[in-house]
Amino acid sequence: MTIPNKKLFALCLVVLALLFMAQFVLSNYLVLALTRILILAIFAMGYNMLMGYTGLLSLGHAMFFAAGLYAAGLANYYGGVSLPIAFVIGILGGGVLAFVIGLLALRTQTVSFMIVTLMFAQVAYLLTLYFSNVTGGDQGLTLPTASRSFSLFGLAVDLTSPMVRFNIALTLFAVVLIGLFAVTQGPLGRLFVAVRENINRTEMLGFDTYRIRLLAFTISGAISGLAGALYGLMFGFIGSSFAEFRSSIEVLLFTLVGGPGTLLGPLVGTGVMTMLIDRLSGMTSAYLIVVGVLLIVINLWFPKGILGTIRDRWVPWLK
Amino acid sequence: MSVMTVEGFDAFYGRSQALRGFSVELRGGEVLCLLGRNGAGKTTALKAIMGTIRRTAGRIVLDGRDLSALPAYEIPRAGIAHVPQGRRLFAELTVAENLEIGLSTRKSSRRALDYALGLFPVLTERMHQRSGTLSGGEQTMLTMARAMCIEPAVILLDEPTEGLMPSAIAGIREAVIRLRDNGVAVLLVEQRVDAVLPVADRVAFMDHGEIKARFTIDEVRNDLSLLHRYVGVGA
Repeated sequence: MTIPNKKLFALCLVVLALLFMAQFVLSNYLVLALTRILILAIFAMGYNMLMGYTGLLSLGHAMFFAAGLYAAGLANYYGGVSLPIAFVIGILGGGVLAFVIGLLALRTQTVSFMIVTLMFAQVAYLLTLYFSNVTGGDQGLTLPTASRSFSLFGLAVDLTSPMVRFNIALTLFAVVLIGLFAVTQGPLGRLFVAVRENINRTEMLGFDTYRIRLLAFTISGAISGLAGALYGLMFGFIGSSFAEFRSSIEVLLFTLVGGPGTLLGPLVGTGVMTMLIDRLSGMTSAYLIVVGVLLIVINLWFPKGILGTIRDRWVPWLK
Repeated sequence: MSVMTVEGFDAFYGRSQALRGFSVELRGGEVLCLLGRNGAGKTTALKAIMGTIRRTAGRIVLDGRDLSALPAYEIPRAGIAHVPQGRRLFAELTVAENLEIGLSTRKSSRRALDYALGLFPVLTERMHQRSGTLSGGEQTMLTMARAMCIEPAVILLDEPTEGLMPSAIAGIREAVIRLRDNGVAVLLVEQRVDAVLPVADRVAFMDHGEIKARFTIDEVRNDLSLLHRYVGVGA
């Protein structure tokens, strides 16, 4: 088997190694922050595959994150399902919902597609509020502490431990990163980019672009569901705030800041944005104004996102 | 024996009829050129063959197989390639990646790639360059090479020499001749009569969405007033 884009693959391995070593030098607080960044970066990577590589701008991806969160969380909360199985249910929840929504939403394009995905996401959000007796609505549900320890292949796993949480998040981040490397740098990824660049021409070269987009949408939804399930199970809380429109915009911002259409862009964007908000919110209550100004500055210097601009100007293999 | 037969295509843009009973037959190893003024329906005819605009009447048969009911993306898989006006590359992808997409349409062999690169050797030196950064002539060559990676029985070329320098035009013309000599049927749409005469076997003149007259290239060469009569230019 030959590895395409070996330089990018090597960079991914270096990044994973640095992330692994971070737990030995960072404070507990920063390890916790990094855990959260890794999970949100998985969400952004799923979104990036759709928006960055395939060119489909969804405004409703919070729905898939929440689908994973609720599918896993409710299975555990009400059904007493063990966390590994609940986690798989969460991935399926995101993927199946994305497949069904994609069947309908992908009959539209560009602005109509944005509106349709936004509309479906709002319906999903309102459903979580309407059925608050089950979902906990705004208040959410806290998963029982006892269920957050489990045994996997004879290994005792305790999710209340920050280090365990970090290493599980890092492992799943690595799996998604390498999986997306294989997809985006291979023949399927080329087709995703072809659809983004010129959908009519892709069709004229003999490809069913509806099926290609549906595949991208479903994979993206499943990864978002994975991130949602991981978030809910890891931090023991599920709530409708994760299904809000704000979450869809956040993941869009993470991707835009990092560089849409670059494999590592979502990690960079999520890290920059999360740490920026975290630091600034401790300094001033008007932190969102400062974040807005900084976003404008970043956009001026890096019009295609941080890694997207670096790729275009200096490092063409960074894709 | 004809490779592709198109019979009685009608097509509309809104209420305006763009094609009226458009019919052509193409044999393997021949170049049929569609000539006509702007708006005569030449590009529309190619789009109708590819199924990208809806036909209200007519049928298309390739190697005895009726393709009329197939969705647009199945037409290239059946063996008809289209090189559109304005090139339409995937600008962010490299030359190699553009060609690989062409190869994957019908799971073509490495031989198809070698053949395509043999037609346009300059692309070999540009394999890892982003296609959006190629010159106009090279972009046209890449679009044609990508189409050849499909290993088509028929190739539709829509004004491949548009906006190119004379040296690039000569390269495109040479490639069309080689395609023809290798048994590929070529349906060529051109505005430039001088680009047509050296490569075409037959000429069909279009006006108002229909073919008004058909001639062999020798008939056109022997009576250049035909060009003036049907397209309003001298050779």
